[in-house]
Amino acid sequence: MEFLSNLVNGISLGSVYAVIALGYTMVYGIARMLNFAHGDIIMVGGYICFIVMTSLGLPSIVGILAAVVVCTILGITIERVAYKPLRSAPSLAVLITAIGVSYLLQNLALLIWGSDPKSFTSVVSMEPLRLFDGSLVITGETIVTIVVSAIIMAALTLFVNRTKVGHAMLAVSEDKGAAQLMGINVNATISLTFAIGSALAAVAGVLLCSAQPSLLPTTGAMPGIKAFVAAVFGGIGSIPGAMIGGVLLGIIEILSKYYISSQISDAIVFAVLIVVLLVRPAGILGKQIREKV
Amino acid sequence: MKKFVSAVLAGCMALSLAACGNSASSASTASTGGASEGSNGTTVIKIGGIGPVTGAAAVYGNAVKLGAEIAVEEINAKGGIQYEFKFEDDENDAEKSINAYNNLKDWGMQILMGTVTSTPCIAVAAETSADNMFQITPSGSAEDCIATDNAFRVCFSDPEQGTLSAEYISENNLATKIAIIYDSSDVYSSGIHDAFVAKAEELGLEIVCDEKFTSDSNKDFSAQVSKAQSSGADLLFLPIYYNEASLILTRADAVGYEPLVFGCDGLDGLVSVENFDTALAEGVMLMTPFTAAATDEMTTSFVAAYEEKSGGETPNQFAADAYDAIYAIDAAIQKAGVTADMSYSDICDALKTAITEIELDGLTGKGITWDASGAPTKTPAVYIIENGVYVAA
Amino acid sequence: MNLKNISRTTRQNLVTYAIVIVAFAVIQVMSAAGMLSNSLTGQLIPICSYIIMAVSLNLTVGVLGELSLGHAGFMSVGAFSSAFFSVAVGDALPTWLTMILALLIGTAVAGVFGILIGIPVLRLQGDYLAIVTLAFGEIIKNLLNAFYIGIDGSGLHISMKDANALNMDESGRVIIKGAQGITGVNRMSTFTIGFVLVLITLVIVLNLIHSRTGRAIMSIRDNRIAAESVGINVTKYKMIAFTISAALAGMAGALYAHSLATVVAKKFDYNTSILILVFVVVGGMGNIRGSVIAAAILTVLPELLRSFSDYRMLVYAIVLILMMLFKQSPQIRSFCASVWERLRFGRLQAFFDRKKAQNTKKGA
Repeated sequence: MEFLSNLVNGISLGSVYAVIALGYTMVYGIARMLNFAHGDIIMVGGYICFIVMTSLGLPSIVGILAAVVVCTILGITIERVAYKPLRSAPSLAVLITAIGVSYLLQNLALLIWGSDPKSFTSVVSMEPLRLFDGSLVITGETIVTIVVSAIIMAALTLFVNRTKVGHAMLAVSEDKGAAQLMGINVNATISLTFAIGSALAAVAGVLLCSAQPSLLPTTGAMPGIKAFVAAVFGGIGSIPGAMIGGVLLGIIEILSKYYISSQISDAIVFAVLIVVLLVRPAGILGKQIREKV
Repeated sequence: MKKFVSAVLAGCMALSLAACGNSASSASTASTGGASEGSNGTTVIKIGGIGPVTGAAAVYGNAVKLGAEIAVEEINAKGGIQYEFKFEDDENDAEKSINAYNNLKDWGMQILMGTVTSTPCIAVAAETSADNMFQITPSGSAEDCIATDNAFRVCFSDPEQGTLSAEYISENNLATKIAIIYDSSDVYSSGIHDAFVAKAEELGLEIVCDEKFTSDSNKDFSAQVSKAQSSGADLLFLPIYYNEASLILTRADAVGYEPLVFGCDGLDGLVSVENFDTALAEGVMLMTPFTAAATDEMTTSFVAAYEEKSGGETPNQFAADAYDAIYAIDAAIQKAGVTADMSYSDICDALKTAITEIELDGLTGKGITWDASGAPTKTPAVYIIENGVYVAA
Repeated sequence: MNLKNISRTTRQNLVTYAIVIVAFAVIQVMSAAGMLSNSLTGQLIPICSYIIMAVSLNLTVGVLGELSLGHAGFMSVGAFSSAFFSVAVGDALPTWLTMILALLIGTAVAGVFGILIGIPVLRLQGDYLAIVTLAFGEIIKNLLNAFYIGIDGSGLHISMKDANALNMDESGRVIIKGAQGITGVNRMSTFTIGFVLVLITLVIVLNLIHSRTGRAIMSIRDNRIAAESVGINVTKYKMIAFTISAALAGMAGALYAHSLATVVAKKFDYNTSILILVFVVVGGMGNIRGSVIAAAILTVLPELLRSFSDYRMLVYAIVLILMMLFKQSPQIRSFCASVWERLRFGRLQAFFDRKKAQNTKKGA
C-alpha cells in the first residue's frame, strides 16, 4: 500500500514533467535547439493565469485561455526577435541566446510581479479520490494532469502524423534543405512549432502551479531542467518518449526520496539518466541514427 | 571579420578598465575623508547594505532593503545625525557579495548593514574584518557570520533557535513523537535542524522521521509528507521558510494529515502569502521574535510604512531585523559620539564597544543588548495562528 | 629575431600572451598608483579563475567539439579538495607551500574526476553528451551538499546525515559542513598567482592545440570517421582533451576557493557552467584569445551595470542577446557592415576630425 501510494505520487509528479517535456521535445525535434527559455515561458503562463483568476476574479477557464494566448504570442515574438536571425548560425549561438531570453524573462517577472511568492489557486476543483479508507489519496490535480498530458500526447501524435502541416514539420526536422526544395516554408513551420510549444508551456504552467501552488519568478527554472532531462530520457524529439520519460522521472524521484534519501534524490535521478543513456545512447524511444559513411 | 570582432572586444575591455579607473579616482577621495556633504549642508554618515534582490532569494533581500530604508527615513526626519543608505545586490552569492562590498566602499560606505544571507555574509565578514569596517547583519544567522570582532547580528543564531524550539516543545509537552522536514541545502534550515536534534535527544524527545529536501526539489513534498504521516508523529517541526511550508501544508491537507506544526522565524509570512488559504495554517505554532500582527504602536506604524512603500506587502522578520539593525547603528553612533568625518576604521573601533553598551527597544524585542561576541540577547515569543491571525501562545 | 620568419600561428599566440602580460602590467601600475577602484581590485582573482575556466572549456567545446554543460562541476571538485586540504593543514606549513600544494591537489583531483567521468561521457555524442555532463555537474553539487567531513585525533569522519552524526572526540573539527560548505578558508590567492596560472593555462592549451596531439583532437572534431580511418585513436585523444580541460578547471576552482573565505557547492551549479559556456561562445569557439577577453569583460560587465540598480540583470540579459545577434546573425552583420561602410567616409570621418581638432586645442 505504501508502495502504491508512492507510485501514485510519482506518477502525479511525473505527469507534470511530462506536460513540460512535450513542449520541449516538440521544439527540439523540429528546430534542433535546446530552448532553455521554455521553463520561463511556463512561469509566465502561471503568472498570467494567476492574475486573471485571482486579481481579476475571472473563472479559471478564462485564466487558462489568457495564459495560452499570451504565451503563444510571447513564444512567437521571442522566436522572431531572438532565434530567427540566428537560423544559419551555429546551434550553440542559439543556445546562448535562449539563455539570455531566460534571464530576461525571469528578471522581467521579478520587476513586474515582485519577489514575494504567490499562492496559486488550483484550476482543478475536483475532490481528491480516497481509496482503501483514505490510505491511498489521489488528488484531482493528479488525475487532470495525467488526462491532459495523455490527450496532448495523442493530439500531437495525430497532428504530426496525419496533417499536412505535421508532415511538413517532420520533413523540416529530417532535412531542412530538402524540405525547402519540396516547397515547404521552413521558417513558417519553425515559427508554428514555437507557437505550439509555447501554448503547451502555458498549459504546463497552469498544471504545474495547480499541483505545486507556489509562484515565483524562478518557478519555471528547475522544472524546465527536469523536463529537459525527461525529454532526453525518453528520447528527445519523440512525443511518446517525452510522456514516458516524464512519468518515469517522476516515479524515480519520488521512490528514491521515500526509500533511499530525500537529500540526494536529484543525484539518483541524474545517475539513472546517465545509465539509461549509456545503454541506449538516444534515450528510451529515441531514434538510433546510423551514421552514413 | 574575426580580427574586427576581437579588436572591438579588446576595445571594450580597455573601456571597461578605464571606467573602473575613473570611478576609483572619485572613490579614493571619499575613502580618505569618509564624509560627504548632504543636500541640506549637514554631513551624512554612509551606511551600505548588501543582499539578494534578484534570483531565488530576492524576497529576503528586498524585505531587508525596504525595512532599512524605512528606518533611515524615520531617523533622518527627526533631524540630528543624518544617514545615507545604499543597497547593492549580491544574488545570494559570495563572490557577488564581495563585489557589492567593494562597490560600496568605492561609494564611501562607512558602516555595513548586511549581508542578508549566511554564505555571502561569511565571505564579506572576512573582508570587513581585514578592513576594520563595522558590520551588523540583520539576518545572517550562521554562527560563522559574526566570528570576527567587528561583526554583529540582529537575528538569533540558527543553533539558538533549534535549542529554544526543542526546549519549548519539551517544557509544554507538545509532543512525544516528532517528524522534521527541513532544507538540507540551506544553511539556516540545517543549522536549526542540527541543534534541534541534539537538544531533543538530550531532553528525551523522540524523532521518528527526519526528512530533507533541497532547493532544487522544493516543490513536491508528497514523499516527505507521506513518510511523516506513516511515521505516526504527532508534531511536525518545520525549520524552513514559509514558501516551502505553504506547499507542505497544502500537501498535508490533501492527504488528510493533521499534525501539530511547529516552526521558527522562517515561518513568519505564511499567512500573508498572496492568495494563500489561511485555513491551512490554522493551529500552526511558530517561535519568532517579530510578527506583523502585533498591535503595539511601533509595529503598526512600521507595518503601515512598509505596506505603503512596497505596494501592499506585509513585512516579514527580515524587514524587521533590518529596521532594528539601522536603529542599533544609530543608537551606537549616538552613544559613541561618532561624526560623519571619521574614517570607517575609527567608526568601527568606536562602535565595537558602543554597541555593547546600548539597549534597544526594537521591533524584534524589547531591551535588546549585544555582547562582544556579536550576538544579541532577546527573547522570542511563541505564537499560534488562529483564524489567520497570530495569537500569543 | 626576425618577426616575419615566425609562423602565423606563433605570432597569433605571442599576441595572446602579450595581451595578458600587458593587461597584468597595466593593472599592477594602476594599482601601485592607487588608481584602481576597490570594485575592480576585488574582481581580479575571480576574473583570472573565469579566464582559466573559459580557456579550459574552450578546449572541450571549441577544439574537441563536444558540448559540456557541467564544467563547473570540475571547478567545484578542485575548489573543495584544495580548500579541504588547506583548512585541514591550517598553519602547519608555510603559506606559499600550502597554496602550491592546494593548487596541485585541486588540479589533480579534478583531473582524476575528468578521467572517471570522461570514460562514460565520451561514448555519447552531441546533445546527449551535453545532458550527461550537466547531470554529472548536478550530481557533484548534490552530493557535496550532503557531505559532512570532520577531522579529529583518530582520523577522518564522514557522514551524509548531519554534523551530529560524525561522532568526533573533543579535538574534532568539522571541515565540510554540508550546505554550509567549507568556512574559514585562508584567502591565499593573489592576483599575481592568478596571473601566473592564466599564463600556465595558456601555455598548456596553446601548445597542445598546435602540437601533433592538438591536430589529432581537431581532426576528430572536424570529421571523426576520417580521423579514425587514418588510424587516430579517437577515444584516447578525446580523453586527453577532456582530462586536461577538467584538470585546468580544478586549478581554477582552487584559485577561486582561496579568494573567498567560504566555499559552497551551490555556487558551482549548472548556471555557472552555462556562464562559462557563454564566455566561450561569445569569445569564439576554438578562439583562445577570444575566451580570455570575453571572460574578462563579461565578468566585469554586471558590476559596471550596478548604476542601473533594479534593472541591472535585465540589462545584462539584453546585452547578452544583442551580443549574440550582432556577432552571429548574417543579416544583422551585413547590415552593420553596410552602415559602417557608409559612415566610414562620411559623418564618422568628420566626427573624428572634430575630435582630433578639439584634442589638439586642449593640448595647447
